[in-house]
Formats: sequence, structure tokens, C-alpha cells
Amino acid sequence: MRRIISVLMENQPGALSRIVGLFSQRGYNVETLCVAPIDDGTLSRLTITTFGDDKVIEQITKQINKLVDVLKVVDLTDGAHVERELMLIKLATRTEFAREEVKRTVDIFRAQIIDVHSKNYSVQIVGPSDKLDAFIAAVSEVAEVVETSRSGVCGIARGTVSLRP
Amino acid sequence: MEMMSGAAMVVRALKDVGVTHVFGYPGGAVLDIYDALFAQDDVKHILVRHEQAAAHMADGYARSTGQTGTVLVTSGPGATNTLTGIATAYMDSIPMVILSGQVPSQHIGEDAFQETDMVGCSRPIVKHSFLVKRAVDIPEAIAKAYYIANTGRPGPVVIDLPKDIVNINDVHPYHFPESVRMRSYNPTVRGHGKQIKKAVEQIKESSRPVIYVGGGAIASNASSLVTEFAEMLNAPVTTTLMGLGAFSGTHEQFVGMLGMHGTLEANKTMHNADCIIALGARFDDRVTNNVEKFCPHASIIHVDIDPASISKTVHAHIPVVGSVDTVLEQFNEHFDGFDRAAQKAKLSDWWKQIKQWRERQCLTYQRSDEQLKPQQVVEAVYKHTQGDAFVSSDVGQHQMFAALYYPFAKPRRWINSGGLGTMGFGLPAAMGVQIAHPDAVSVCITGDGSIQMNIQELSTCLQYGLPIKIISINNQALGMVRQWQDMIYKGRHSHSYMESLPDFVKLAEAYGHIGIRVDKPEELDDALARCFAAKDRLVFMDIRVDQNEHVYPMQIKFGAMDDMRLSKTERT
Repeated sequence: MRRIISVLMENQPGALSRIVGLFSQRGYNVETLCVAPIDDGTLSRLTITTFGDDKVIEQITKQINKLVDVLKVVDLTDGAHVERELMLIKLATRTEFAREEVKRTVDIFRAQIIDVHSKNYSVQIVGPSDKLDAFIAAVSEVAEVVETSRSGVCGIARGTVSLRP
Repeated sequence: MEMMSGAAMVVRALKDVGVTHVFGYPGGAVLDIYDALFAQDDVKHILVRHEQAAAHMADGYARSTGQTGTVLVTSGPGATNTLTGIATAYMDSIPMVILSGQVPSQHIGEDAFQETDMVGCSRPIVKHSFLVKRAVDIPEAIAKAYYIANTGRPGPVVIDLPKDIVNINDVHPYHFPESVRMRSYNPTVRGHGKQIKKAVEQIKESSRPVIYVGGGAIASNASSLVTEFAEMLNAPVTTTLMGLGAFSGTHEQFVGMLGMHGTLEANKTMHNADCIIALGARFDDRVTNNVEKFCPHASIIHVDIDPASISKTVHAHIPVVGSVDTVLEQFNEHFDGFDRAAQKAKLSDWWKQIKQWRERQCLTYQRSDEQLKPQQVVEAVYKHTQGDAFVSSDVGQHQMFAALYYPFAKPRRWINSGGLGTMGFGLPAAMGVQIAHPDAVSVCITGDGSIQMNIQELSTCLQYGLPIKIISINNQALGMVRQWQDMIYKGRHSHSYMESLPDFVKLAEAYGHIGIRVDKPEELDDALARCFAAKDRLVFMDIRVDQNEHVYPMQIKFGAMDDMRLSKTERT
């Protein structure tokens, strides 16, 4: 089952490598990884999407928690949550038809064209990962996908639940 | 505030955390620190012959005292040579701090001479590590490293020190933190009240309990608490390889070590128990055999300071996160006015059953007039040391024979590489023990394979006058490998035969020690008497034993705990 694990850790050199190392060392999967400092600049928040049964996920969260640099670990998929991923995608639009269709698809998906060139459009889209996948599927029918750059998933719990030091 | 160089800070901070012994080897990146060591007497330095041995010595020192062992090595090869020793300590949760030199900060990443990324190399086998970037941060890094190494589940911590920050010519203010606090590191020591209550209820209900004790009971110095608890419950006790000595091996409630080479009665008791009280043990694969068939009747109470050890391999019905000593004290609060006589009556059928398993006498072996048996050698060592020596072992058949035939009455007396299974561990570990306990008898039970993996340390032994007694059980083969080849590979002895063994007696003599060779059973007693009479000398006993002896009992792969071979021809 797909899980989103959020980690609060010291913003120290090497902290990220300990987490990434842990995943490879213990044979866990990393699907996406997204990391940046939080409002309090001494801490970083890292979000990992991974696959595993309950036993594996329990081990992953326990093993991450054991790292000395880690303050808190939550499995966001345990409760109600919002997840978002950002994608930048460059599409070759060689014909007028392609340009029209891409524009239309962008509107339907509530994406934005952020760069225009005579030969292509660059589009930004935000949403859950499956929405991004659906956009790629739809748009590749009418235009050639030149490149994609995805941020990886980040997420937050709904309501009053929070991940704070 | 006192001003001093980074190098002086290292030595001073070691003194301030209470370090008295450092095991190390100098080299380019740590010459400044060695210069600072030269100027003082508070911290004694033991010069080894190979950095791997320095780590094992610090390890033996730590296991036998409970204090953190300290290693000091240079960058590059000095640092990488310690990795096996660090991994050994990591697997067995031994507190250790490794100070490694590093190339000057401005050269890090340039593939400079003797540069390796020590923090990176050691990352999967340390509890934590520090790369110190400023001299003023040295005292805090050292204080934190020792705090982390020896709290919670203990383990090794690396401190990497670039050469420029320890330069003896630059001085900085020295400030040693009065206490260490880390918002991201707060190990749970006290068990959760609700879980304690649930566990106690389960224990009181049980009519076939067993207490399964691991290394965590030793790490938390909980031996006497374990003993009192076991006696109160009148429950059988088994220990893991790492837990030997946490409960006396001569106690009538002790059913022996469990697991792959455990006793029949220990494994039978586990398999048939209705309640397993696991104290600081981790249900390792060398214990459980096939987890699918593991102890089908038992509800499992798992007490461990490391939450990640709980339900990792075997599901725990009642997990209790906490230190074994504290949790046992919490258990005891619920046993006020406990009726011991009624408990004893309740368990009488259980003990009758256990007695039947014991009657099988699974540790009996065939003696011979022609050849010594390895079991017999361990029994003789037990007799000659009155069962009161510190025994370090290497890895292989001799390790299992030592574990099974030398009952340990006290904790921290059995020093062995349980988790990683590191050959070459025994001699340096015995040296660390001897340095920590100068007046005690430090025995190293080893084999002709293992002893050659760190034999250079015989030279260190001479330098520091360490009167270790090396009992080399020489079967002229890699015994455990050979045993598996006999059992699983139809006797094809691929590379398990030591074709050109040295003359160990001459070798010991060349290093300035006493060597004694024993070939015949009738020579053993006199030879051991001579060995242990030489109180201030290292004695190397080269004892020739039967090459074809196997370690039994032995669990049958993919079976339940109690599916065992009892000899070459019998099985359960």
C-alpha cells in the first residue's frame, strides 16, 4: 500500500543522507522524496512516499525515529490529509491544433502555461500525483512531452493535527 | 575561559567525560592529537598493531565494564580499518566512541592523501556520527558522542576531526558543556503504565511461562533484578548468546542458551511455553529458526529499549518500550503480596515436563582416549578458572562450545561477537578486558582460524604486559565451515582446511610469550595448570583436538525452535 511519511529533523549536514541511506540499507522503497527547511530554519521537513504492508511501514517509521537527528515521524496516510505535488512539463506544440488542444487541456486541469515559445509550451500543474499522471496521459495524445520535472509529494494533515517540534 | 588548541581540547574533553583509556594508532591527520596526548598522564593510550584490533579492544573494555570504549585513529586507512570493529559493536549494542582524523577541511573532497569519507563509510554501522568543523565545537561534540553512545540502546559513535581544527598552534576558548540535551534524542527508559499492567496480568495468568533474556539485560545492569524476578515467578530462564551471565548458568531455573545451538530443554521450553517474557532480546534469526513456526502457543511480552526491535521479526502481543532494569522494577510494583507457594504449585507440571527434556542430557559427548574433544577443553578451562574468568571468544565452533560448556555465573564475563560474528575479535577483546581488569583472569578461547585474524596483537600484549591466557582449540580446520560442509554439502570441504598452520608455540615465543602444545587428553590438566600458574605471562595454548567433532544440538533449518539435530545420527 502507498504511504506518505513526513519527517521532522535537524537541518544538519548529513541528516538527509542518513534517511536515504536507511532506506537502501534496509531494503525499503522510496517512490518520491521532497525536502526543505521549515519556517523554523533549524529544522527540515522531509516527505517520502513509499510502498509496503503495515509491518514494513511500522518498521520504516520506527527505524527513522531511531535516527538521532530525527524529532518526529508521522504516517500521513494514517489519517485525513492533503497531498500535493508540483510538476513542470515542457510540451512540443508543432501545429496550431496542438497549441489549441494543449491550451484547452491546461484549462480543464486548472494548470498554467508559464512559458511560451514558438515551438513549445511549458506548463505548471499542482495536485495529487494521480492528477499529474492523468494530465500527462491527456496531453501526450495531442503534443509530444519533451521533459517533466516533478517535486515529489508533500503533504499535511487535515484539521488540528500538526507536525511540530 | 581557558584557551587551548583543538588537539588539547580533544584530550581534555576525553578527560572531562571520564575516559581513562584510549586504544589507537597514530598517523598524519592525528599527529597533533598525539602531541597533546604526550603532554599528560590522565588519559592512557594503548598502541595497537592494527586499527581493527583497537576497536575490538575498546569493545572488550566496554563489554566488561559497561563504560564506553574509546578509539583514536588517523584518516583514510586508519579509519577504514576500524569499520569491522565498529560494525561488531553496532550489532551487539556496545557503547564506543571512535575519533578519526580527517584531512584538512580545505582538502575534503579533493581525494587528498589518506582521505576517505569516514562519516559516509561508517554511516550504516553507527548510532550517530559527527564531522566537527570548528575547534570550539570539539568539547560539545565529544560530550554528545559519549552521551549518545551510552544511553538508550548503546552503540558506536564516530567523531571525524579534520586536521586543521586540531592544529596545536591555534588556540581557542575551551567550554565543556555541563549537561547534554538534545531535542531530537530522548530514549524511553520507563515502560508505559498500561502496557506494564497488561504484561503483569498475562504473566500472572500463565502456567507455562519462560523468561528469555538477551544482551539488553546486561547493558542495563539488570542481572540481579532478573534473578529476583525469575525466582519470584519460579519460571524457567533461557538466555541468548549475548545474554549469557545475565542469569547464572548454574542456577537451577536456568535451562541453557536457546537458539540454533541452544540446549534441547531451552528450545523445547520456548516452543511449548504459553507466555514468553523477552527481556532485552531481539528475536534474532539465530534464535527463532522459522518465524512461521515460532512458539505457536505463546503470548509474547517483549521488553526492549529500542522500539524498532519490537515486532521486527516476531509479532509481540504486549510490547513494552523501556530499559530492562526500570521495567522490572515497574513489574515488581504489581507483585506485592504475590503468593509464591501457589505460583510454585501452579508451575509444577511445567517443571515436570522440563525435567523430562533435561533428562535427555543434550550436551553429552563421546570422549576418547586418543584425541581431545573441544568440549572437554572448555570444561577443563572452567575447572581451572573456578568458573570465574572473563572469557572472550572468537567465532566458530569453539565459540559455541565455550557458550555451552562454560556456565557464566556473572554478567559481563562472556565477551563475544554475537551479532556480526567477527573472527579476529577474541584476542583484542581479551586485551581490552585485561586492561580494564588488570588483576582478573582474562581468557581468550579461540581457534586456529580466528586467532590468525589478529595475531599481530601478541606484540601489543608484550608491550603492555597483558597476561592473557589464549586457549586455541586447534582442529586444523575452519571447524564451523567444515561442519556445515559435512551436513549440507556432502562433506565437500571447500577451502575449510588450514594447510599451512604455523607452529603456534614458536610463534608465541617469537613474540616473547610462553607457548604450550597439547596433543593428548592426558596432557591437558597439567598443561592448563602450568598455563594458569604463569600469572604475569601471556600463555598461548595450542591444543590439538578431534577435527571431526560437530557442535550439537543444532536447529534444523526451516523448522520450529525445537526441531533439532542432537548428534550426527539423532534428531528430535
